[in-house]
Amino acid sequence: MRRAATSTAANLVFRRDLTLAWRRWDEVAQPLIFYVVVTTLFPLATTPDLAQLRVISGGVVWVAALLASLLALESLFRSDVEDGTMEQWVLSGQPLGWLLLAKVASHWVLTGLPLVIMAPVVGTALGLPFDAWGALVASLLLGTATLSVLGGIGAALTVGVRRGSVLLSLLVLPLAMPLLIFGSRAVGMAMDGESPAGPLQLLAAIFFLTLSLGPLAMSAAIRISVET
Amino acid sequence: MWLWFHKLASPPHAYRLLGKMAPWFGWPALAMILLATWWGLARAPADYQQGDAFRILYVHAPSAWMSMFIYVAMAVAAAVGLIWRIKLAHAAAAACAPIGASFTFLALATGSIWGKPMWGTWWVWDARLTSELILLFLYLGYMALRSSFDDPQRADRASAVLAIVGVINVPIIHYSVEWWTTLHQPASVTKLDKPAIALEMLYPLFIMIIGFQLYFGWAISRRLRGEILRRERNAKWLQEGA
Repeated sequence: MRRAATSTAANLVFRRDLTLAWRRWDEVAQPLIFYVVVTTLFPLATTPDLAQLRVISGGVVWVAALLASLLALESLFRSDVEDGTMEQWVLSGQPLGWLLLAKVASHWVLTGLPLVIMAPVVGTALGLPFDAWGALVASLLLGTATLSVLGGIGAALTVGVRRGSVLLSLLVLPLAMPLLIFGSRAVGMAMDGESPAGPLQLLAAIFFLTLSLGPLAMSAAIRISVET
Repeated sequence: MWLWFHKLASPPHAYRLLGKMAPWFGWPALAMILLATWWGLARAPADYQQGDAFRILYVHAPSAWMSMFIYVAMAVAAAVGLIWRIKLAHAAAAACAPIGASFTFLALATGSIWGKPMWGTWWVWDARLTSELILLFLYLGYMALRSSFDDPQRADRASAVLAIVGVINVPIIHYSVEWWTTLHQPASVTKLDKPAIALEMLYPLFIMIIGFQLYFGWAISRRLRGEILRRERNAKWLQEGA
C-alpha cells in the first residue's frame, strides 16, 4: 500500500480531533468556564476596587489562562493511547512528530483560542484598560500556543501514569514560567503606555523554539509511553 | 568523567570501581571543605559593607554553582542513556537528582539566611534566588516523574526526555527571571549579587568549590553503587559476591 502524504495525514488528524470535540462540545467548554471562575476568585480574595485590581489584572488573566489550558491538556493523548490509535500512528510510517503537532494544533484551536478570545472580556472585568487589549491578545496567542506544545510534551510523558494531572502541572508549570513573565510584562507595558514589542518578540522567539524542538520531544515521549 | 561510563558500562565492573574510587573523592573533599571553612571564617577579611555576614557566601555560592552543574551533568547522563541505551548512564542520572536537589535547597536556605541581615527579610524575589527556586521545582518534577512509573526502564527513558527538555529551558528561565527582576527592582539590591570581591576573599571560595565538586564525586559514587545494587538485585554476579 502506498503511504499517504504527511500533510494529508496531519490534516486528517487535525480534522478528526475537531469533529470529535464538536460532538462533545460541553467538555470543550469546561476549561473556559474554569477560566472565568478562577478569575472571579481574585476580586473576591483581594478587593472589589477596580483601581487596585487593575495593577494585577494582566497577571491574573495570564495565571488563569495557564491553569485552564493545563487542565485541558491532561486528557490530550489519553484516549488515543488507551484505544490503540496511538500505536497505529507509531507504526504508520508517518513522522510521528507531525501527527502529534496536528493533534496539539487542534487542541489549541479548541482550548487556547477560546481563552484568547475570552481574555479581553475577563480583563475588562478586572479593570484592564482598552489600550492593553492588543498586547493581552497577542501575548496570549503566542503564550497559549507555546504552552500547548510544552504541555503536549508533559502529557506525552505522563500518559501512562496513574493520577497524571497533578504530575503534569508539576512538570510543565516551571517550564512555562518564562511565558508568564514575558506575557504579563507585555500587558503591563501596554497599560503604562509603552510599546510591548520587546516582550512580545521574546515570546515569539520562545514559541518558534518550542515549535521546532517540541515535536521531537513529544514523539520520543510517546514512543516511550506506547512501547512495552 | 562520562567517557569511562561509556567504557565501563558493565554494572559489576562499575560497582567495584566506584567502591574503590569513593575514598579518593571523599577524604580530599573533607580536607578541602574543612580548610575552606577555616580560611573563610577565620582568615578572610571582613567585607567593608556587609561585615562578617558575607561569609555565608562560602556555602551559598558553591552550592548554587553545584546545583546548576549537577542539573547539566544529569541531563548529559540522561542523554547518553537515551541515545546509546546505556543503563548505567540512566542510573547515574537517577543518582544525580537527589544530590542536585539538596544543593539547590542548600543554596536557597543559605540565600534566605543571608538575606535576613542584608535585606531585612527572609525572602526577596531576587533574580538568583528565584531561578534557584524554579530549578528546585525542576528537580522535584524530575524526581516525581521518575517515581511515578512502576517499570524502571520506562521511568529511566521518560525522565531522560524531561531532563533534556529541562536543560534546554534552564537558560531561558534564568534570563527571563533576570530580566524580570531588573525591571522591577531598585539597583541597590541587585548590586549585592555581584560584589566586586577582593582576591583574598576568593581563595577560600575556589577551595570550597573544588571541595564541593569532590564531595559530589564521593556522593555520586556511593549513590550510584546503591542504584546499581537496587537495579541488579537479582543478577548472578551479586549472588556470587562482588
